[in-house]
Amino acid sequence: MLRRFRLEEPGSVKEVSELLGRFGESAKIYAGGTELLLAMKEGLIQYERLIDVKGVKGLNEIKIENGAISIGALCTHRQLESSSVLQQKLPALVKLEQNVANVRVREVGTMGGNLCFAEPHADPGTLLIALGAKMVTEKASGKREIAAEEFFVDAYETCLEPDEVLTEIQVPIAGANSSAAYLKFGYLERPSVGVAVALTLDQVEKSLADVKIAVGCAGPAPKRVLEAEAMLRGKSIEEARGAIAKAGEVAARAAQAISDLHGSQEYKEHIVGVLLKRSLHSALSQC
Amino acid sequence: MSKALSRHSDAQTIPVSFILNGRPQEMEVEPHELLLDVIRERLGLTGVKRSCDVQVCGACTLLVDGRPVSACTTLAFEVRGRSVLTIEGLAEDGKLHPLQEAFIEHGGFQCGFCTPGMILAAKALLDENPNPSEDELKHFMHGNICRCTGYKKIIESIMAAAKKMRSSGH
Repeated sequence: MLRRFRLEEPGSVKEVSELLGRFGESAKIYAGGTELLLAMKEGLIQYERLIDVKGVKGLNEIKIENGAISIGALCTHRQLESSSVLQQKLPALVKLEQNVANVRVREVGTMGGNLCFAEPHADPGTLLIALGAKMVTEKASGKREIAAEEFFVDAYETCLEPDEVLTEIQVPIAGANSSAAYLKFGYLERPSVGVAVALTLDQVEKSLADVKIAVGCAGPAPKRVLEAEAMLRGKSIEEARGAIAKAGEVAARAAQAISDLHGSQEYKEHIVGVLLKRSLHSALSQC
Repeated sequence: MSKALSRHSDAQTIPVSFILNGRPQEMEVEPHELLLDVIRERLGLTGVKRSCDVQVCGACTLLVDGRPVSACTTLAFEVRGRSVLTIEGLAEDGKLHPLQEAFIEHGGFQCGFCTPGMILAAKALLDENPNPSEDELKHFMHGNICRCTGYKKIIESIMAAAKKMRSSGH
């Protein structure tokens, strides 16, 4: 059961930031509530005030702007899975969104909420890191852009400042011969391991001109794995397939897997390797 | 309102006007009140069930503007200006909805606890996709859990209802 709190309904990002600044840790941003309300019902966290940001206009659009795909922080998972822009430009994200939790969570849960709550067993952060996405934030003193790989600090912790508001996620539009894949594994409601690969193929050389790899869910926060990328970048497709097992071991260590209800550390590390191999295969088959 | 039910003295209240099962409903809620409690305890419609309480099982499924939500984790004020359908509002003029008929005809329930949520989720699916494949049905319904039937009869019921609704133009 929820304890009593007060509700604020600001109409602009500036007001949201001011309220956050004024009320500090006694207030929290509320959008879909799919994760926040669960934690509050359990009594794990309590706030005197929730700041409902759904009345802020202009934060629920998906559009192409300045050569990037712009996703408003208030876009629901449902909006993302049914967006024609994303179906055309970012099918890997559409597939991910179609498989977030269940239809009721997707109906109200937002991308911004998912990222800011930073629950370790979440899908989008891992893929956004591999896609080289940027988080756009705003507060009274100005705006800034944060690389997705810098955004997540620890379990339930991001690099956002107390009065800073995530407003938008920008994903660069991939060029020709580029593709991405996100695969996850889990037998509970939430994913136990997630792996994302984004790559660009050099069609002349039949080699991986660029590759980005990220792992999530197994440890406290999603992570980019530069060392595993370096083992594949510039390699021919055949060489990359040959090196994938070793790259998987590196990615598994980088995942900082912990033993818990989802499985042992060793088990999750094994799954990281399997998913990396499969997601490379999947991304290659779409180029 | 009896004293026992009176509100906290400095409590914030939010006026909420919405359509409940086709009829206008006006009330005041506090920000922390959950839609599930308001519908069950304050409005007396007990078809919607509290079960897992963490948005996993689907027993508290209600349709808000035709879309399925978990009433256990929806704040009641969120239905301002919207339309809420509970299982009690599904039959029209005393006639059961084709989904309700199909669940009876095909044995789509045993204990019945998950059934209101199952039927409402299935309605949301068929309203947007009148002719789902079995895979599409399973994907849409995987967040509604039944501990009795093993799902086979539920899937049969929904597929049968879908067929009937297509042929009757429901």
